[in-house]
Amino acid sequence: MNTIITSKIVLTMLIPMVTGVLVMFSGKKPNLRDSWSTLGAILTFASVLQFLPTILDGTQLQYTLFELYPGITVKLNLDGLGVVFALVASFLWILASLYCVGYMRGLNEHAQTRFYVCYAVSVGAAMGAAFAGNLFTLYLFYEIVSIFTYPLVMHHQDEEGYAGAKKYIVYLMFTSKAFLLPAMVIIYVLAGTLDFQTAGIAQGIFPAEADRFVVGIAYLLCLFGFAKSGIMPLHNWLPDAMVAPTPVSALLHAVVVVKVGVFSTCRVMLSIFGTNILHETGLGIFTAYFVSVTILTASIIALTKTNLKARLAYSTVSQLSYIILGVAMLTPNSITGGLIHIANHAFAKITLFFAAGCIFVASGKKDIGEMGGLGYRMPFTLIAFAVASLGMIGAPPVGGFVTKWYLALGTMDIHNWILLCVLLASSLLNAGYFVPIFLQAFFGKPLPEDEGVTGSLENKPLIMFMVVPLVITATLSVLVGIYPDLFLNLINLMVKS
Amino acid sequence: MEKYLILNTLNYPILSMLLLVPLIGAVVAMFLRGDTLQKFWALAVTTVTAVISIPLWNCFDRSTAKYQFVELRHWFPALNLDYVVGVDGISVLLVLLTTFVMPLCILCSWTYIQKRIKEFMIVTLLMETAMLGVFVSLNTVLFYIFWEGMLVPMYLIIAIWGGDRKDYASIKFFLYTFAGSIFLLVSIVALYIHTGTFFIPELMDHTYGFAFQMWVFLACALGFAIKMPMFPFHTWLPAAHVQAPTAGSVILASILLKMGGYGFLRFCLPIAPAATFYCMPYLIIMSLVSIIVGGYLALGQSDIKKLIAYSSVGHMGFVTLGIFLLNDAGIKGAMLQMINHGVTTGALFILIGLIYERTHSRELSVNNKLGMIMPIYVTFLGIFSLSSLAFPGTNSFVGEFLVLFGAFEKYPLVGAMAIPGAILAAAYMLRMLQKMVWDDSDGHGHHHDDDHGHGDHGDAHGHDSHVLADCNFREILQLAFLTIFVFWIGLHPTPLLDMMDTSIAHLIHQVDAGSVVHDAVQHHGEHHALLNQAGAWVKSIVSF
Repeated sequence: MNTIITSKIVLTMLIPMVTGVLVMFSGKKPNLRDSWSTLGAILTFASVLQFLPTILDGTQLQYTLFELYPGITVKLNLDGLGVVFALVASFLWILASLYCVGYMRGLNEHAQTRFYVCYAVSVGAAMGAAFAGNLFTLYLFYEIVSIFTYPLVMHHQDEEGYAGAKKYIVYLMFTSKAFLLPAMVIIYVLAGTLDFQTAGIAQGIFPAEADRFVVGIAYLLCLFGFAKSGIMPLHNWLPDAMVAPTPVSALLHAVVVVKVGVFSTCRVMLSIFGTNILHETGLGIFTAYFVSVTILTASIIALTKTNLKARLAYSTVSQLSYIILGVAMLTPNSITGGLIHIANHAFAKITLFFAAGCIFVASGKKDIGEMGGLGYRMPFTLIAFAVASLGMIGAPPVGGFVTKWYLALGTMDIHNWILLCVLLASSLLNAGYFVPIFLQAFFGKPLPEDEGVTGSLENKPLIMFMVVPLVITATLSVLVGIYPDLFLNLINLMVKS
Repeated sequence: MEKYLILNTLNYPILSMLLLVPLIGAVVAMFLRGDTLQKFWALAVTTVTAVISIPLWNCFDRSTAKYQFVELRHWFPALNLDYVVGVDGISVLLVLLTTFVMPLCILCSWTYIQKRIKEFMIVTLLMETAMLGVFVSLNTVLFYIFWEGMLVPMYLIIAIWGGDRKDYASIKFFLYTFAGSIFLLVSIVALYIHTGTFFIPELMDHTYGFAFQMWVFLACALGFAIKMPMFPFHTWLPAAHVQAPTAGSVILASILLKMGGYGFLRFCLPIAPAATFYCMPYLIIMSLVSIIVGGYLALGQSDIKKLIAYSSVGHMGFVTLGIFLLNDAGIKGAMLQMINHGVTTGALFILIGLIYERTHSRELSVNNKLGMIMPIYVTFLGIFSLSSLAFPGTNSFVGEFLVLFGAFEKYPLVGAMAIPGAILAAAYMLRMLQKMVWDDSDGHGHHHDDDHGHGDHGDAHGHDSHVLADCNFREILQLAFLTIFVFWIGLHPTPLLDMMDTSIAHLIHQVDAGSVVHDAVQHHGEHHALLNQAGAWVKSIVSF
């Protein structure tokens, strides 16, 4: 494995930050401001794309920005896993920034400049997390994401917004201070460094003589410290954070924020602890069982929710744990399945949220029960919704199938029928809460006041800003199911080394 | 004597000039007329002092633990008393902190101080001389003179320019600090009787009996613990902070509190190493209590200044914790935390002063929803609040991380017990930030607290954008200056750590050497065992 030292990788992180500044200073001209956003998103994606060939060659890119103390640096290191997350997040930002225009203007939201600034900086910090080369850098960007998404959650500045945002910041700050900070100190005491092991996922960074008990404590602290990954019992912030405008829920709470959490957890499991230690101490299989509880419980709770966004939120909680489940089973197949779900879930879930937001802006409906017959008035939106739901359920040919396939292979590899049952049961549950939504939309009885109204809701220009992105993401979620090679190759770089 | 010292090789007596410039400035100020002239004069004097101090940074020899830039004048031969000033890696940063914070103190008083401006400037300049004197004195008598000399100007700052309960606060401040200093004086005299010298490096090299060390340690530690302030001697601090004018609070927070930590490092540790080891567990416990109690009390405050004052108690707890861990990371962390606290809390007090000038209230329930009205102010408030809660990338994170690293390295249990302090810091700072920037949802709404008002009450009732102007250039200048340090120390603290490295290694060597030769080793052994046993005990429960 080669490592190239290049300052170019700082660029990917800087572009969104600069975008944020430009947006801030063009607040008086909405068209210019929103163009900056979209342009920033395109440039960010392009900057990630230019590293792709190098990474696919098996080379890693590295750059150290600052040194705080020996072994504690602000260091960027781009490898297969980082590039998967960065590609997905930056690409979806392009679509989300178009969607934002439709949504924010469609609802005539206040404080749009603040919204776009925080949005851009959050994405930039997520890029930083994807590129992080050590635990400190990861922690730094993780925290920046927390701070800059806070104004987005309380965007409406009503009682519900404040309450949701308060819960959000309390959960995230408490866990990071209470668990992550000591974990980081303990890891530093044991290993003398916080740098990730870039050579492979097996050995981790701990010396052979490190006390396994203390390593175990550090691991548990990390697992609970990254509360953004939504593992129960620290998932509660996520449904409440849905008070945010839908583009926030879509990009941030389906892709950027929660994926930063899951990505961080996976990164720490693979690049700090390494599969050897997790296997030897039994922490891997413990984690697998632990998140299985989240997978099933969150799905059951999702069944009970009638608000569309709330149901999607619990679905997110459940789906995120698939990723950790895959990594925790510690076999090449399962890790592949887990990590590829970062991409698969992102494309499908953002489609679902985009659709939910589009339905809300076009028809003002939030509850599933009110959506009877809506499928005929918003066909593109609801067909996209149906396709993405299939992805969540894990039906071919949508991306989610690839995930479930590899995860199932993983359970076979370790001959664990309990986890296989968890996978099957959760797929049934997924079907149980997604199928009724589009059944209702296409075959359900409309509300009395909607009876006989047949005009399309999708032909207004602003609505088109939302429908086009969501059709694209739905198409992509099918494409990543049919051609999963790009992401598989990138993840294999990580897994096979 | 020369083996401890490197005489000043600059072509001017840098440390004496630092002491004399503000003093002469104060004398000249007595003869100046006109408030504006006074302000500019004080600003010029403090700025010149800051500029003079710059060579301390770039000419400092980082490779030696000896005292540098030393000036030695024979003063009182009969008592073996000399005028001797010098700095090492521990004091040099505090001297620089002082010289650079003082111009900001003048700037933040620019419009805040409305009466007796001349006197205020004189007192502030005298204060600067006294504070610098404490950090550069290498002689216990000189140290004590400056230490006491600080008390009067600070007393006057609170008692004349303070808030409504200034009499109570100033007397409380004076009595507490003075009570501590008396014991300090006793130990200085005792050390002189024992050794026949006032020269600090010689006192450090002397070996003392364990009982004598204990008395000296306890007497000094009491004085410094009050100054820090450590729980349970902290009660003067909130009163003094709340009543003091902005500049007074900034001086108190940024510099005065550091003298306790500096005293521990300069006197207690090297002069009484065996006693230090003996008392270490108790002081660690007191530090932990300070961290938790300070944070917990800060969480409940509705007065912003009180909130920050209690947060200082918590932050200073981290400093004493780091000091008494007696390892490299701990003491470096403590030193850095002192500088950080000076920068961050100083800035927070400037911010509070700034909003107080506008709304005449320090209540959270009055100063809220500023996000829309004062974006620049809120940006700075955000930066410094995050810095205060040790957000990664800001200065306090490095200090806190080093202290925690030192703790987990030595006693994991102590480290674990300090974590709630970090959580509380996040809780109270975010609560303050949330209320001030956005929200008045705690039901109090806009009301005016009569306790704190002087001026037009009607004004503050339901402020609007006409009343609340955003930061002006002068205010932005102060805050931007401190912001540089927040990120510089937060991302690249290596130059500062290099500066203190050799001196701290030497200090740890002194402490270890002093404790090893002494019979008190068994004593401290028992106490170490106590802490370790507690760790083993918890571990066995968890593993069970």
